[in-house]
Amino acid sequence: MAKRIDVKDLDIYYGKFKAVEGVTMTVEPRSVTAFIGPSGCGKSTVLRTLNRMHEVIPGGHVDGKVLLDDQDLYAPNMDPVAVRRMIGMVFQRPNPFPTMSIRDNVAAGLKLNGMKNKKQLDEVVEKSLKGANLWNEVKDRLDKPGAGLSGGQQQRLCIARAIAVSPQVLLMDEPCSALDPISTLAIEDLIHELKDKYTVVIVTHNMQQAARVADNTAFFNLAATGKPGKLVEMNTTQKMFNNPDEKATEDYISGRFG
Amino acid sequence: MSTLDTAGGASAATTRSEYASGDLGGKSAGREIKNQIARIVVWGCFLIACVPLVWILGSALVKGGHMLLSPDWWSHSQAGITARRVGGGAVHAIQGSLIQALVTALISVPIGVMTAVYLVEYGRGKLARAVSFMVDILTGVPSIVAALFVYAVWVTTFGFQRVAFAVCLALMLLMVPTIVRSTEEMLKLVPNELREASYALGVPKWKTIFKIVLPTAFSGIVTGILLGLARVMGETAPLLILGPYTKNIATNLFSGNMATLPTMIDRDRTEALQPAIDRVWGAALTLILIILILNLLGRLVAHFSKVRN
Ligand SMILES: Nc1ncnc2c1ncn2[C@@H]1O[C@H](COP(=O)(O)OP(=O)(O)OP(=O)(O)O)[C@@H](O)[C@H]1O
Ligand SMILES: [Mg+2]
Repeated sequence: MAKRIDVKDLDIYYGKFKAVEGVTMTVEPRSVTAFIGPSGCGKSTVLRTLNRMHEVIPGGHVDGKVLLDDQDLYAPNMDPVAVRRMIGMVFQRPNPFPTMSIRDNVAAGLKLNGMKNKKQLDEVVEKSLKGANLWNEVKDRLDKPGAGLSGGQQQRLCIARAIAVSPQVLLMDEPCSALDPISTLAIEDLIHELKDKYTVVIVTHNMQQAARVADNTAFFNLAATGKPGKLVEMNTTQKMFNNPDEKATEDYISGRFG
Repeated sequence: MSTLDTAGGASAATTRSEYASGDLGGKSAGREIKNQIARIVVWGCFLIACVPLVWILGSALVKGGHMLLSPDWWSHSQAGITARRVGGGAVHAIQGSLIQALVTALISVPIGVMTAVYLVEYGRGKLARAVSFMVDILTGVPSIVAALFVYAVWVTTFGFQRVAFAVCLALMLLMVPTIVRSTEEMLKLVPNELREASYALGVPKWKTIFKIVLPTAFSGIVTGILLGLARVMGETAPLLILGPYTKNIATNLFSGNMATLPTMIDRDRTEALQPAIDRVWGAALTLILIILILNLLGRLVAHFSKVRN
């Protein structure tokens, strides 16, 4: 199920503005990869190019290649919708569909793509909610609105919704930044479990979090404001936090700037 | 009425005297007084604004209320009833007004909502700006101009009769821009994150719009439609120009006359006889009530959807 992502010489633009330049990296399957770096260096931008969400923004376009197990995601005959079916995403702020119940939120991806079998849907809902460690908390109120949950529960609901469509890769953009420490721990535990099945990429501003959950860490930085962001270094988290190759990485991680 | 007038006068007087003492007052007392003055001014304005409303409602109730209490009002037309005779009802006009409003809505809602969807979800560049500009212009078109335009096309150019459907076309011209604008506002209120959440599940854009965006904005859109409908129901110019009155019940949109409440008012208004005058007030009150109900429905929809979220 989990697949590997190869990014080759990727430049990312917002209209004429080049936001990120020359990213080449490999995201290993069944592992957690963390993106760290100062604000505005392009972590979210890179993350969003991995499932072609970047193009949703008017003027957003890229130069370069993103391969999912040798399949070029930006090939001309590649449908962005199909890409997003393979590569799911969890956003910074929990965003359950407000008109839908908890059950429908989880089933949304399958239902909207045409699955009708009620029994099958219920199975997927249960499995996904269990996978997101939310089942016990909501199993008695599946028909209540998803917006009625706490922030942390909503975020896990969004994770359940994302894994319900069985993606190969799961992208998370600061999934814990709107949550309290307890909910954050719950999500981190969940990320640990998810990597058995999925390739996980997570953007975080929290060094400890990166150190706790990630197998590999990529450090992005930008030379100056207005200049494009760059991938400075990518290595195992162990190495990045103990003896990184680059001085900038060490400075950033030890809190000397950023 | 008189109690309201004196209340307004009294508040104006207090405003002046309190303002004078406010200048002399100490620091915190001064603020307190300013607050008091602002409160009185706001209440005064509110009461003044209420005067015409209460007056109109009161007159209509006093002069037309008894008409609505008669069961005939809701079950009979004016067929065979002359101006000097008491009796008959307003069913023909109520029904005509409702039919025309419904048909207008049936045409306007899809056009208006789809235009708004285009403008918010797809519209980029020149075409969208042109459409938006045209909606702006349409919003500013006076109802009589819309009516005359339809007259010019429907009657003068095509040589058709003046029938209910022509009225609906004119009302549509007035209703579409209000629906476009209100729906646009509601669609813009739907957070982008919901669209992105849907895209991220591999849902195509059009499906996202129909299954996520429109349902999320649904209650707001319905509220806008009901308020737009309420406005259109009170329009009179298109009816006078395109929808001749009849005392009989009529349901055919494409031939013959069809009565409406405004044309019924207009007809009976010219008779200086008490039974006709009573009917004028009765029809006026009925129209006010229908519009009021539509407005309340709009608010109710908005209220209940808020409760649910
Ligand atoms: N929608 C957009 N339109 C134009 N420019 C954008 C847009 N989103 C981001 N940018 C620009 O792209 C650059 C990278 O932004 P990005 O959001 O990827 O940074 P980030 O590393 O995720 O920052 P943060 O840690 O604050 O989330 C910034 O210079 C930003 O101003
Ligand atoms: Mg970001």
